[in-house]
Amino acid sequence: MATADIKVHTDAHPGDHDQDHEHHGNFWTNYIFCEDHKVIAKQFLITGMAWALIGGILSVIFRLQLGFPEASLEWLRPILGGWITAEGKIDSEFYLALVTMHGTIMVFFVLTAGLSGTFSNFLIPLQVGARDMASGFMNMLSYWFFFLSSCFMFTSLFISTGPAAGGWTVYPPLSALPQAIQGSGLGMTLWLISMALFIVSTLLGGINYITTIINMRTQGMSFTRMPLTIWAFFFTATIGLLSFPVLFGAALLLIFDRSFGTSFFLSDIFIGGEALPHVGGSAILFQHLFWFLGHPEVYIVLLPALGITSEIIATNSRKPIFGYKAMVGSMLFITILSFVVWAHHMFVTGMNPFLGSIFTLLTLIIAVPSAVKIFNYVTTLWKGNIRFTAAMLFSIGLVSFFLTGGITGLFLGNSAVDIQLHDTYFVVAHFHLVMGSASFFGMMAGIYHWFPKMFGRMMDERLGGIHFWLTFVGVYMVFFPMHYIGIAGFPRRYYSWTNFETFNSFHDLNMLVSVAAIVTLAAQFIFLFNFFYSIFRGRKASPNPWSATTLEWTTPRLPQHGNWPGEIPTVYRWPYDYSKPGSKEDYIPQTIPYSETPESNLPHENDLIKLEMGNSGAIVADEKKH
Amino acid sequence: MMNLIIGFGVVLVLVIVFMIFRITNLVNLVKPDKESVSAGNGIHAFLFMAFSVLSLVGFFWYSYAHFNSYTLPVASEHGQITDHLFWITMAICVVAFSIISIAMFWFTYKYQYHKDRKASYLVDNHTLEIVWTLIPAVVMALLIFRGLRVWNEITGPASKEAMVVELVGQQFFWTVRYPGPTDEALGKIDFRLIDPNNDFGLDLTDKNSFDDFKSADLYLPAGQEVLLKIRAKDVLHSVFLPHFRVKMDAVPGMLTTFKFTATKTTEQMRSETGNPNFNYEMACTEICGKGHFSMRFKVIVVEAEEYKKWRIVQDSWLKLNPDYLKMVPENLREYAQIKSGMAPDNGAAEHGILQTVSNR
Repeated sequence: MATADIKVHTDAHPGDHDQDHEHHGNFWTNYIFCEDHKVIAKQFLITGMAWALIGGILSVIFRLQLGFPEASLEWLRPILGGWITAEGKIDSEFYLALVTMHGTIMVFFVLTAGLSGTFSNFLIPLQVGARDMASGFMNMLSYWFFFLSSCFMFTSLFISTGPAAGGWTVYPPLSALPQAIQGSGLGMTLWLISMALFIVSTLLGGINYITTIINMRTQGMSFTRMPLTIWAFFFTATIGLLSFPVLFGAALLLIFDRSFGTSFFLSDIFIGGEALPHVGGSAILFQHLFWFLGHPEVYIVLLPALGITSEIIATNSRKPIFGYKAMVGSMLFITILSFVVWAHHMFVTGMNPFLGSIFTLLTLIIAVPSAVKIFNYVTTLWKGNIRFTAAMLFSIGLVSFFLTGGITGLFLGNSAVDIQLHDTYFVVAHFHLVMGSASFFGMMAGIYHWFPKMFGRMMDERLGGIHFWLTFVGVYMVFFPMHYIGIAGFPRRYYSWTNFETFNSFHDLNMLVSVAAIVTLAAQFIFLFNFFYSIFRGRKASPNPWSATTLEWTTPRLPQHGNWPGEIPTVYRWPYDYSKPGSKEDYIPQTIPYSETPESNLPHENDLIKLEMGNSGAIVADEKKH
Repeated sequence: MMNLIIGFGVVLVLVIVFMIFRITNLVNLVKPDKESVSAGNGIHAFLFMAFSVLSLVGFFWYSYAHFNSYTLPVASEHGQITDHLFWITMAICVVAFSIISIAMFWFTYKYQYHKDRKASYLVDNHTLEIVWTLIPAVVMALLIFRGLRVWNEITGPASKEAMVVELVGQQFFWTVRYPGPTDEALGKIDFRLIDPNNDFGLDLTDKNSFDDFKSADLYLPAGQEVLLKIRAKDVLHSVFLPHFRVKMDAVPGMLTTFKFTATKTTEQMRSETGNPNFNYEMACTEICGKGHFSMRFKVIVVEAEEYKKWRIVQDSWLKLNPDYLKMVPENLREYAQIKSGMAPDNGAAEHGILQTVSNR
């Protein structure tokens, strides 16, 4: 088998391949300003994990307020200082800052940079068979722009007026007027600078991903032989490339409004005892621009997770992914539709109701490809031979969240029903399940699955199982009760509901949610321990521990710069030949030509043998010699 | 001291857990098992099945047993229709959700790893895929069709008979303005005219503004269409009337509207809910700053007759703020005094002045 061949090859001739000479750099070029996609992926991953921890802790702090409104939070004073009021409560303005930063951090820094940044970087060259990204330098810049952006956002947490506090959607005028909320002062300025740098990072990364996928696929890796992960990263990068510049534009105009007295988004404002000079701007315009990114952003976050999961579910069900073409097609369809549904976030903003009708129509159409994806996942499990690795557990968890959270989209996408549910906890439940938790689970699945290739060691599967069950049940306990709270009309971003008779209930459910949130956060420390312990002390991994078919598993245990010693392998088949009838093993790697597997070939595949020999006979022959 | 002991205890527990982890790790290294699947495989399969059953049972039980605690009584005409649509969607979703969930968790249980079994090589099945693309598409189409008809009715223009009320959001309270009974029209406003007393920014050169009045509550008649005209002074706010299924943002620089008809008075609702202290409320649902959570405004719905009586006795804003008479153009002052109720209305004078005004 090819995998074995290559392993022998490595052992026999250590370092005699031309791609090896570059990795004798010093500490700075190896680990800090490194242009190797695998190192950059790890940089994104570690930074993303740090952000996830911060974002998670912020959410637990505001959940303490919501679940235990009577409790004294005096013990947080050493950390939060003046943001704890004299009565030992969180300041209600800081509460909004917490909510805002939680959203911003989770959506952009964790689930965009941490997820897409990590796995696009790590997997694209390895799975399409390339030595590295198209431009290693741009790739490095992409990470360092992200790092710089992180620095600005992190700094904003500590300034005296607090970080941005107008919600992660930063709607003006609130985000434009420091008179309206303290966080719209320096905090918002830092937010905007940080996001501008973040967008630069995303674009640099995205251009690289797309270029690499289109131009640098190895011989035989046609588009229809690409793993679904690569398709997902391809669509993700495309969406990002088309939509992030619009947010950049919106941020720029907002900067003008804030600092240079223009009136793009501001009009007819009387605040702090004076009428402001702005006239003629439109607050709705910002919302259109924001959601033109904001909605595709949902799919930027979700598609990589879906791609990763497709791969993991197929591998661990020991079954081809059901309906490969339908999966690609539905992702393509989602990608296109993601650009024309943004205004479903704005049904009751005063936007023209006719526009509301159009967006209802388009929004509910997007449910069709999403449903197809769920059906295909479930059918892939059917008659499989399922191994519950930690990665597989998280992938099944993702499908469950995608179903539970996605189905409530039918309520919210229908403008008439959305009137009541808009900006209530129903929405919070919906998007935390379908985009937050599902993507987070995709990320976790990816880490567990590709950890052996990243660090050459295995993570502990039992700890992974415990981590999964605590997190899976925990997430449901956090977000499922929110549906009830939302149907009861509880508005989101409320510091407390006791001012209202209508909302003066559900103390029990809110307490349950908060306790579950704390347990879920605590469970993540099991993961962190497992992760860092396994990097140094984990069981050594074999080059292909999951018996998977895709190209990255044909590299040595710890792929060096250039990924493959010697020739880049040629690809002869699609990535999902699991449990093929007739084959002895229950998987056939993509590098095995049909000519070597006559026992399992389908009739039309036998016809391909001739082509194989014609195109790449030399390479096949070469490989066989070893 | 107590904290120290607790801290010490936590550290101790962590150390013990870590030791257990190390020991089991070492034991596993010694064990000669080279199974491709861990012993936990069956446990996970079982747990998925258990989770599926328990969570579905819990979901149906809570939804049934606590139905009244999470559903708000509805008190508007369109609200009954959107609620109906909500529950139709709910029925469809619960059926689909249950079937898919059960199927998925059943498959994970049934098809857990067995050394001797081989998974089936199922690549695709066009019939199946077409069927499950078409079913959601048709269901969606029905939901959209129904939803859009309702949406168009709700957002369509208000009828001529609709009474107009203006809601103004600001940090962090609401103000409400009614057109006076004489002209049934709201006077013009300008945000530059706002001052500590003139909190609407009433433009007193417009004669429609003379009899406008401010109210401390949102006072509405049952059974009559109401057109809310919604404004904001400083940042975005959002009018949310949960029992009436009304929500619409308040945007600085842009007028938004929402029309609805209340069907039940506060008194009717009190007897229906069995809560003698029941009140309708208005809340803000667009993040607007520090006091976002405190923008409560009381809503009172009464019978149409009672509403008329209430309206007649309201003092106009101008009457309560007579200093602002100087803002009224000189030639309109007398008319303003009469229309705002400051001067006694002897029919003839009004008639005369009305004539002069309309001749201008």
